[in-house]
Order: sequence, then C-alpha cells, then structure tokens
Amino acid sequence: MTPENRAGYWRANLGLLSILLIVWFIVSYGFGILLVEPLNAIKLGGYPLGFWFAQQGSIYVFLVLIFVYATSMNKLDKKFEVEED
Amino acid sequence: MTALDMWTYGVVGATFALYIGIAIWARAGTTGEFYVAGGGVHPVANGMATAADWMSAASFISMAGLIAFNGYGASVFLMGWTGGYVLLALLLAPYLRKFGKFTVPEFIGDRYYSQAARIVAVICLILASITYVIGQMKGIGVAFSRFLEVPYDMGLYIGMGIVAIYAVAGGMKGITYTQIAQYVVLIFAYTVPAIFISLNLTGNPVPQLGLGSGYVEDGVASGLTLLDKLDLVVTELGFKEYTTQVMGSSLNMFVYTLSLMIGTAGLPHVIIRFFTVPKVRDARYSAGWALVFIALLYTTAPAVGAMARLNLMDTIQIGPVGAEDGNLLYDERPDWFKKWEETGLLQYEDKNGDGRIQYYNDANPEFAPKAESFGWKGNEMVKVDRDIMVLANPEIASLPAWVIALVVAGGLAAALSTAAGLLLAISSSISHDLLKGVIAKNISEKAELTAGRLSMIVAILVAGYLGLNPPGFAAGTVAIAFGLAASSIFPVLMMGIFAKRMNKAGAIAGMIAGITVTLLYVFQHKGIFFVPGTAFLMPEMGMGEDWFFGISPNAFGAVGALVNFTVAYLVSAVTAPPPEHIQHLVEDVRVPGGAGAPTGH
Repeated sequence: MTPENRAGYWRANLGLLSILLIVWFIVSYGFGILLVEPLNAIKLGGYPLGFWFAQQGSIYVFLVLIFVYATSMNKLDKKFEVEED
Repeated sequence: MTALDMWTYGVVGATFALYIGIAIWARAGTTGEFYVAGGGVHPVANGMATAADWMSAASFISMAGLIAFNGYGASVFLMGWTGGYVLLALLLAPYLRKFGKFTVPEFIGDRYYSQAARIVAVICLILASITYVIGQMKGIGVAFSRFLEVPYDMGLYIGMGIVAIYAVAGGMKGITYTQIAQYVVLIFAYTVPAIFISLNLTGNPVPQLGLGSGYVEDGVASGLTLLDKLDLVVTELGFKEYTTQVMGSSLNMFVYTLSLMIGTAGLPHVIIRFFTVPKVRDARYSAGWALVFIALLYTTAPAVGAMARLNLMDTIQIGPVGAEDGNLLYDERPDWFKKWEETGLLQYEDKNGDGRIQYYNDANPEFAPKAESFGWKGNEMVKVDRDIMVLANPEIASLPAWVIALVVAGGLAAALSTAAGLLLAISSSISHDLLKGVIAKNISEKAELTAGRLSMIVAILVAGYLGLNPPGFAAGTVAIAFGLAASSIFPVLMMGIFAKRMNKAGAIAGMIAGITVTLLYVFQHKGIFFVPGTAFLMPEMGMGEDWFFGISPNAFGAVGALVNFTVAYLVSAVTAPPPEHIQHLVEDVRVPGGAGAPTGH
C-alpha cells in the first residue's frame, strides 16, 4: 500500500467520522438537552418531541450511526484494498 | 415456604446450574483463551456478551428508579450509557482490535514505548474496576438477602462462589458464554413485567410505544396520554413536572451526559470484549450488536420508570387531591407495601394522625398553603427507596409469582455478569501487564495462566471483602469509576490512534493530570478517600457546593478528560516526537488489513 493510498484512506475515514459524530452530537446534546424546550411544543404521538429524543430517539439514532459506520467502512476497505482476508 | 419462595429458589437455582454447566464446558487451556476467549467469538455473540458485561445491577435495578423520580432529568443516564458505544465503535474498538493484544495497558505501554505509562494505566484500570465491582457485590448480597431470606453475607458468599467457579476455570472464554446466558435471563426478566404493565396502563404491549400512548383507566380510554396523566398526577401533589424536570441545570446535564459517554468508551472491561472477535470488521459490527441488545433494555427503562411512578402515586392517592377520602387508609395498604416496609426501604409515619397516607412534596413552598388547608402535616412517605421500583414493580402490578422470581434471577444475572467482566479486566492487568510485562518477563505461558487464575481469586476475595465492609462510599462508587475511566483511559487511547505526534511524556502527564483533577473535585465534595468529615470545600474562596459552574462531582469526568487532552498536547508539543517505529505502529493500527489473532507478545 502506497503512502498516498494510506493517507487517502485515513482522510476518507476521518470525513465519515466527522459527519457521524456531528449527527451524534445534534440528536443527543442538541435535540435532547439544548433544544428540548422548543421541541417539546411538538408532539410525536403521546410524546413531547424533545423528551422523546432524550429518552428514546437518540438511542435509535446511535444504533443507526454505528451500523452506517460499519457498512461504510467495509466499502472503504474494499475501495482502498485494505480489507482483511 | 410460600409459592413465591419456591419459584424464586427454582428459577435462581436453575440459572446458577446453567452458569456452572457452561463453565465446565468452556474451560480455558491457554492464555489466549483465558484473556480473549481465543479471539474467535462471533460478533453477534460478542455483542450479547458485551451487553451483559455492560449492564450491571445499576442498569437493571437502579436506573428505572432514577428515571421514575427524576423524569426527564434521568435522560443523562439513558443517553450517556448508550452514546458511549458510538465513541467506542468509531474511535477505539476497531483500532484496538487491529493492534491485537490482550489488555488495555498493553496498548498504552507499547504505543507510548514506556513501562511507566503501562503501569500508570494499570493503576487507573484497577482503581476504576475495583470501585465498580464493589457495587456489583452489594447488589448480589442485597438480592439474596431480600428474596431468599438468607443473610446478606451468606448471599455474597454464594455469589462469590459462583463467579469463582466459572471465571477462574473459564477465564474470558467461560465468562463470554455465561454472559450470553445471563443476557437472555436478564432481558426476559426486564421486559416481561414491562409488557404486562404497559398493557395494563395503555393497552399497548410494546413499552416503548406504550409510554407514548393514551392512558387507559379501568379499561376505558381516559382521553389523556400517559405522560400527560403522569405530569398531572405529580404536579397536583407539588412534585416537579415529570417530562420537564432537569437534573441540576442544562449545563450540568450536558457535562454529565458527556462524562458518562466518555467513561463508557473508556471502561477497560468493555474494551477488552472487542479483543475477542476475529477481525477488525467484526469489532465494528460487534459494537453495533452490543448496542442493539443494550437498547432493548434502555428503551424499555423509561416506560418502566414512568409507569412505576404512576402506579405508586395511584396506589396512595386513590381519590381527588384534598378530598377527605382521597388518600389510602394505612390499614388498607397492599401486601407489597407491607413487605417493603419490613426491609426499611419504604417507611410511613402518620404525621397528622388521620390513619391515611399523604405522599406529596412538602419541600415545595408553593404547595404548602394547599397542604395546610387539607390538614396535611408533611409528607408521610418518609422513605421511598428508588432501588425498589424494578423489584417491586411486578408486585405493584399484581403479576404472577414466576414473574417476580424471574426478576430476582435477572438482577443476579446483571450483577454477576458485570462482576465477572470486571474481575477479568483486573486479573489480566495484574498477571499480564504487571507480572509478565514488568516483573517476570520470562515466565512460561502455563505459569502465566496459573498466575491469571490466582490473581482472579485474589480479586474476588478483595471484592468480596469490600462488599462485606463497604468503605462508606458505595453509593458514589459507580460514578467514580466512570469519572476515572473518562479522565484517564479514554483520552490516551484516542490520542494514541488519532494523534501520531503524541509522545510518552504527553500521555503520562495527561493521564496523571486528568485523574488528579477529577479525584480532587470528588474528594472535595465527598471527603478525602471518602472519609467522612474530610471534605474541604472552601466557600470563602468561592468553592461552595458544586462550585465549578454548578457541575456535580459525578459529572466531572468530562472536565477531567478535557484537562487530560490539554495537558497531553501542551507537554507533547515541547518534548521530543515519538520514535519512527512508533509512528509506523500508529499507521499500521489505522488500516484493518493483516490483523492476526491477538497475541501476548
């Protein structure tokens, strides 16, 4: 593996990480804590939306984030030919 | 012996027999099997084992109670203890798996080319794990003493014996397969009562949906949602509104959540579980599976908490607030009430002598005039222990005896599985990092395996001793473990992977600074080494209760982590960069190709 290739792989990984961690931050700290009051004015079924993000929604989003990461990294591994045998 | 006792003995006995059976089947023959289960655990199986490893007596027994009485404020635990898995999956697990060694301090020692760094890491690891394990030992003793009516210490000995059998013989291999069984037991025990109760209160069998559904009263839709009903019931009695009450302040909740997330990602007994899967790819997926299994309990818990609170309030406040017959007569209290009174965890005191129970918030000045006009002379439920909510829940909802027995077995499974994971992390850091790594580098594999087993036995004895003679700080211990992991272990691991320039001096200074700041803040509030009366808050210097921006000591780990990162960067900037072979090592850890089975060399 060439050094350029290695650097490209790492850059792609960091880009993906940043996007996913921004989402991670927004749903939990953003929707669940900082913006909870305005969001509570909106209802999701019987849930105030901010409360729902804090006690349910953020956990579901966390799950999606990890599986998106694992799947995208698999593709990245193949693209840069660094996958395991 | 009552029917309930028989069910409890039967279910608990059967689960213990199962754990021992697995131990006999999964004996460890090599250090690889003892430390990382041979490195061949399927990612889904590892996810399940990680979930049991992670979910302790605190998650199983205490969390729903915290939610019940803190409402929205308890979201810090829900988000904090799950969001950490995102950090673990994205920032640590795959790279540490690629590195392919047995323990967390081993990575730190190699990456920072320093025995000193490795030893500091071992100390941080042991401090965090020991404080954590005491809570589990207490949980085991309490569950036994309350439900099987054996003395607390006898319960503790039985628990220690069971862990000793499967953890000493099987090491990580035995622990992994018992944890899978324990996960199944605990998740059934948690969700079955929740389904019944959700069905009762909302007509919806899925607790996650029931919490957001309409409230059904005596089989008739009330027109209110469950959460609206709960808000109404608690505010009518002067308590804070359930869906909006905060814990401290928004800033405190923010920092608290961050501390729990970083702490979760830095707890060594969780990290080493990812050394057991075959490949880097598996480590990424396995973190996701772990969170799937954890989320099953964590998304159910808010429903359990809210519904338990509503049931409790409704049991006592049987009619309109202030009406003469609105409160339950003490003589007509249900059986579960009497049973918990015997344990001292529920206490009633008839302050106004009317023979009825008034349960309201007497610390709320706005409600005081109302209470006075009703002839109430203070809150008469002088003690409602939060921890009884999950254990009493099936009884409050009048569920059959086998469900109650299942909950006891579930609580024990949660405590045992976490204790075993922690004990393995402790013993491997002693036998592998201290003995093999520093003191006696040339010992044979067989001798190291024996040493691992011996240190496991010592760790169990120490944990048991501390469980019998808790040093008076048991309540604060779990939070301290998170603070220690967040402020010491997580930052050095992350910088070890993401900051190629980070060197030995920076890492050691960072760890020491982070852990010191966190410990000082905790000691300042809770006493030096938790000795009562030695707290040294200095109001004259503006250092009153929670003086640092109102952040509570339990939430301080995130600040410690920030200190760690900052100190490490400053120190590394003025000292020599790491040698070239270390920079190659970092490059190598960053790409998955060529991860062999974990080795100890």
